[in-house]
Amino acid sequence: MISEPALDRLSAMFQGPDVTGTRYELISVLGRGGMGVVYLARDTVLDREVALKIGERPSDEANEARILARLEHPGIVPVHDFGELPDGRLFYAMKRVRGDRLDRWMATERDLGERLGVFLRVCETVAFAHAHGVIHRDLKPENVMVGEFGEVLVLDWGIARELQNSEGKSQISGTPDYMAPEQARGDAAVDHRADVFALGAMLESIASSAPVLAIARKAHSAEAAARYQDVQALAADVSRFLAGRAVEAHRERLVDRLARFGRRYRLPILLVLTYLVVRLLFLWIMRS
Amino acid sequence: MAAFPATRHSIVAAMRSARPDERRSAFDALVTAYWKPVFKYVRLKWHASPEDAADLTQAFFLRAFEKDFFAGFDSSRARFRTFLRTCLDGFVANARKADARLKRGGAVTLIPIDFGEAERELRHQAGNLVDDFDAYFHREWLRSLFACAADRLRDACAARGRADRYAVFEQYDLAPEEGDRPTYAELARRLGLSATDVTNELAAARREFRRLVLEALREQCASDEEFEAESRALTG
Repeated sequence: MISEPALDRLSAMFQGPDVTGTRYELISVLGRGGMGVVYLARDTVLDREVALKIGERPSDEANEARILARLEHPGIVPVHDFGELPDGRLFYAMKRVRGDRLDRWMATERDLGERLGVFLRVCETVAFAHAHGVIHRDLKPENVMVGEFGEVLVLDWGIARELQNSEGKSQISGTPDYMAPEQARGDAAVDHRADVFALGAMLESIASSAPVLAIARKAHSAEAAARYQDVQALAADVSRFLAGRAVEAHRERLVDRLARFGRRYRLPILLVLTYLVVRLLFLWIMRS
Repeated sequence: MAAFPATRHSIVAAMRSARPDERRSAFDALVTAYWKPVFKYVRLKWHASPEDAADLTQAFFLRAFEKDFFAGFDSSRARFRTFLRTCLDGFVANARKADARLKRGGAVTLIPIDFGEAERELRHQAGNLVDDFDAYFHREWLRSLFACAADRLRDACAARGRADRYAVFEQYDLAPEEGDRPTYAELARRLGLSATDVTNELAAARREFRRLVLEALREQCASDEEFEAESRALTG
């Protein structure tokens, strides 16, 4: 008799792509995105779970795997293996990351500092990719994973492009709310500032405080020239906010500046005030 | 299992053949594919005792053969599986109404059916609480389809002297419980193969199994359109 678990196993063999001949067995679908589907799979040789990305067209995964292999960074999931399925589609295996997607992670109670800390880690990773000539082109909270050990990973480099290969009219892909106007138009001039735009859109969804919103809006400007000109500049402004300093994107009123000064130097101000009160008390007691 | 003509054309189409031997052969193949789903369905949906369910199953196929039930099937209107289940429901309802004492056998000798085996399988299926009988019948039919393909795979491997190939498939993909599944390394040790051989044999067995499942499915469909729809449903 074919038992219930065996029946499920055999049925699964017919669902999804045929991976016979590889060392992987598909378990379930983890997500669909940038030109392919990511499956939870089991590496039968090392007996561990991996994420297996299978592209829709043969060339998709070759591009993504090559880019990922070049970008060795703690914020980018490492590629373990690359190969071809019996139907000619390419796949690559990567580390399975356990954790929450950023959109779900942010839906839980998090303080502003924690949210911005994660955002800065995303900026670090994207800046690293830019330094290696790669633009992501599909940054959004759904493509960021906050791992169970606090690691922050930028996923889905399916439509990423190498800057040196971005000549000519480009194919329009990405997610509308996070796509820079020049990317939506398919302009040849799409550069790393398209990612700055997407990061601005992400930041806007992270925080509602006036200086952070000002930073987000500057990054999110329709004109590439009006944005931060690189991710480091954007991250530096967010870091200034976190350190209680004035941010480049936000012109402060005097009262705001005093409030920020008060927040930043709360302890020394408190000490001086305490000293003055004690001193006045002492003088008053001596006189009476 | 029943020997179906080597051409492996549609069983449903062959049941309309003018040649009695071809009709009979197709009918035997149909019974092989459907008797277990039919028996279990009658047991659970119609709350029949094992003996009554066995009688009803035999009588249903016997009547279907005598009266050419399935000749009226129109593949543009329904799947054959759905049509068969509708015929079955009508048959059991009428039999219950007439309170007829059903007899096994008759003019046609049906292929041997091991109802005891089906009853043991039912006992293994946890709880037997079914709320969607359409889905239940589909699942049992799928189990029967896979079992048929697995039998053919075993026979084909044995005929080609590749018993190891079927053994790898049986112990890995047909393992009754997840906890019973060996790792590739364990399987290699058990069968005296290298881990690479296990990977290769399993890949070959799965390829062959997929082909045999589709072949068995093709036999059970009346038209290319039905086969395409069924294989799309199977492959998601």
